[in-house]
Amino acid sequence: MMQAARASAAARLAEMGLPGRRDEYWRWTDPAAFAQQATPEAAAYRVDKPIFDGMDKLRLVFTDGVFDAAASDDPALAGVEISHLSEAPEWAGVLYGRLEAAGQSPVRRPFAVRNTAEAQAGLMIRVTARAARPVHISYRQSSSTSEAMLHHVVKLEAGAELTLLETGTAGARANLVLEVDVGAGARFHHIRPQGRSLEHRVISAIFARVGAGAVFKSFTLSMNGRLTRNEAVIEIIGDGAVAHIAGAALGDGADGAFHHDDTVFITHGAVGCESRQVFKKVLRHGATGVFQGKILVRPGAQKTDGYQISQALMLDDECQFLAKPELEIHADDVKCSHGSTTGAIDETALFYLRSRGVPREEAVALLVLSFLADAIAEVDDAAIAAEILARLEEWLAGHRG
Amino acid sequence: MLEIKNLHVKLQEEDKAILKGVNLTVGAGQVHAIMGPNGSGKSTLSYVLSGRDGYEVTAGSATLLGQDLLALDPEERAAAGLFLAFQYPVEIPGVGNMVFLRSALNAQRKSRGEPEVAAGEFLKLVREKAKILKIDAEMLKRPVNVGFSGGEKKRNEILQMAVLEPRMCILDETDSGLDVDAMKLVADGVNGLRDAGRSFLVITHYQRLLDHIAPDVVHIMADGRIIRSGGPELALEVEKNGYADILAEVQ
Repeated sequence: MMQAARASAAARLAEMGLPGRRDEYWRWTDPAAFAQQATPEAAAYRVDKPIFDGMDKLRLVFTDGVFDAAASDDPALAGVEISHLSEAPEWAGVLYGRLEAAGQSPVRRPFAVRNTAEAQAGLMIRVTARAARPVHISYRQSSSTSEAMLHHVVKLEAGAELTLLETGTAGARANLVLEVDVGAGARFHHIRPQGRSLEHRVISAIFARVGAGAVFKSFTLSMNGRLTRNEAVIEIIGDGAVAHIAGAALGDGADGAFHHDDTVFITHGAVGCESRQVFKKVLRHGATGVFQGKILVRPGAQKTDGYQISQALMLDDECQFLAKPELEIHADDVKCSHGSTTGAIDETALFYLRSRGVPREEAVALLVLSFLADAIAEVDDAAIAAEILARLEEWLAGHRG
Repeated sequence: MLEIKNLHVKLQEEDKAILKGVNLTVGAGQVHAIMGPNGSGKSTLSYVLSGRDGYEVTAGSATLLGQDLLALDPEERAAAGLFLAFQYPVEIPGVGNMVFLRSALNAQRKSRGEPEVAAGEFLKLVREKAKILKIDAEMLKRPVNVGFSGGEKKRNEILQMAVLEPRMCILDETDSGLDVDAMKLVADGVNGLRDAGRSFLVITHYQRLLDHIAPDVVHIMADGRIIRSGGPELALEVEKNGYADILAEVQ
C-alpha cells in the first residue's frame, strides 16, 4: 500500500510540476528556495531551554530529519499505537497520502505531493482512546545543510483524544506533512512552536479530515525563520464538528530576512459546524507576512459558523503584510465573516501604560501580547498556553528598541 | 508640590495655542480644582503635565517637587510621583489588570531604586485596596478595562492610584459618565488617599464632584489661562450662574 501511495504521488508530481511565482497562491512567496535541488545552508540554532521540557509527555526526536531512537522515549502509551513510516501498519498504508491527495483540489500543493513521494521518515500514530500524555515530536538540527522531509499520519478513532506537540527546527530546509484523520467525536489538539532558527526554511502542510462532533485545534507559534510557509487544508465532513486553526508569528528583520506565510483552506461539507482561523503577525525591520485564507461552504452545509481573522502589527514602517481572505459560500443558512487589518501600536494605549510608569519598550511588549491574545486564547491547555506566553515574553525582551 | 509657571503650549501639528500662560501652585496635601467651559484647555493641561505626545511647550515651566517635569518621559514622570486619572481609561485586551498593575508598580519601584514587590505580597496589597473601592476579584482578573462599565473604569483608575501611591494626582473629568452612586464611590476612594504628603488637581466641568471631594482652592480656566482663583465658594458661584458671568467680568 505504502509503495503504491508513494509511486502514485511521484506520478502526480511529475504531471503537476513544482510551482513558480506565477501560480496564484505563490505570488507573494517565492517558491524557489523550496524548489531548488541544493539545500540552502542554515546555521544550526542552539536551544538553551527546550520548550515543554518539564511537561509529562512522550517525546520522539528527529535530528536532521532522521529518527533519533537514543534521544526518544519508549513509544508505549496506553490508547496510542506509534510506528514508523518504514514499517507502516496496514491502516497507515491506507491513509498515507490520501488526505494529501484529496487536498490538491481546487488548489494544488506540489511540495506536499513531493513529500508523499519522497519523505524519508515519519510517525504513524493511531489513537484509540484518550491518550494519558501528549505525544511530542521534537525536531533538532545539527547540520547546516540538513534536509528534512518528514511525513506523519495521525488517525484518531471515534471518541479518542490526543494532544500532539511539534517543536523545533527539523533541518536547514524542511518539508513537513501532517495528515490527521479525526474520527467521530474525537478530539485533536496540535501545538506547534516552530524552531527559533534564524536561517531555516520550512514548508509545512497539515491535511485534516474532521468527522461528526469531532474537534480539531491547531496552534502554531513562529518566531524567527528566514522563510516559512505553513499550509493547512481542513475538510469538515461530519455534522457538528469544530475546526480551529491559529497562528502567532513574530519576525524581526534585524536578525536576518523574515518571511512568513500562512495559507489555509477550510471546507465545510457538513451541517452545523464551526471553523475559526485566527492569524496574527508581529513584524519589524523589513519583515514580511503573508496570509491566504479561504472558507468554502459546500452546498447543503447549512448552519455553518465560519470566522476568519488575519492581522498584522507593524512595529515600524518598513514591513509589509499581504493578505488575501476569501469566502466561497454555496449554502444559504450560514454565518461567515472575515476580517484583515494592518496597524501600528496604538499611541493612546502606549501613553496610558507609560503614564503608569511602564517604560516604553516594556509597554510595547505588553501591547504586542495584547495584540496576540486572541490567537493564544486558541490554546486550550492552561499550562501549554503559559509556556507559549513565556516564550513570547522572552522573544519580546530580546527584541526591544 | 506642583509648580506651573507661565506655561504656554501649542499643538505640535498645527499653529494653535492651547495654553497661554498658566500659573498654578499646588501645595503639599492640598486639593485644587480646575473648572472651566469646554475647550478652555483643562484636559490639555493634564496631558502636557503627564507627557502625552502631540503638544509643544513654547514657554514656561512645570516642576514636581522641584523636578523639571517637562524634561521627563511619561514613565519618568510617573516614577517621580505624578498620576493622571484618565477621562477615558484605555481598554487593553489580553493584558490582565493584575499583570498591568504589577508591571507598573515594579517599573516605578525599579526606577526609584526600590526592590520589586513579590507576587504574593502584591496580591495582598491589591485585594486590600480593591475592597475599599468595591472592586471584586473577578474584575481584577479581567483584561485592563475590557468590558468594564463607565463606573468600573473610573474605579479602576482610582485603584491604580491607590496601588501606585503617587504624590501628585490629576483627575481629568473623573465624574464624566458617572451616576451619583458611582461618583460617591470614586470620591470616597480619592478622599481615602488624601494625606499631608499627597496633592490633587481635580479637573471638572461641573461642581457636583466637588460636593464629594472638597477642594481647598478652586480655579476657573478660560481660553488657556486661569482667570480666577478662590475658595470652594467659587465652584458654587459657577454652579449657580454658569461661566458666562465670570467670563464677562474678566473681559
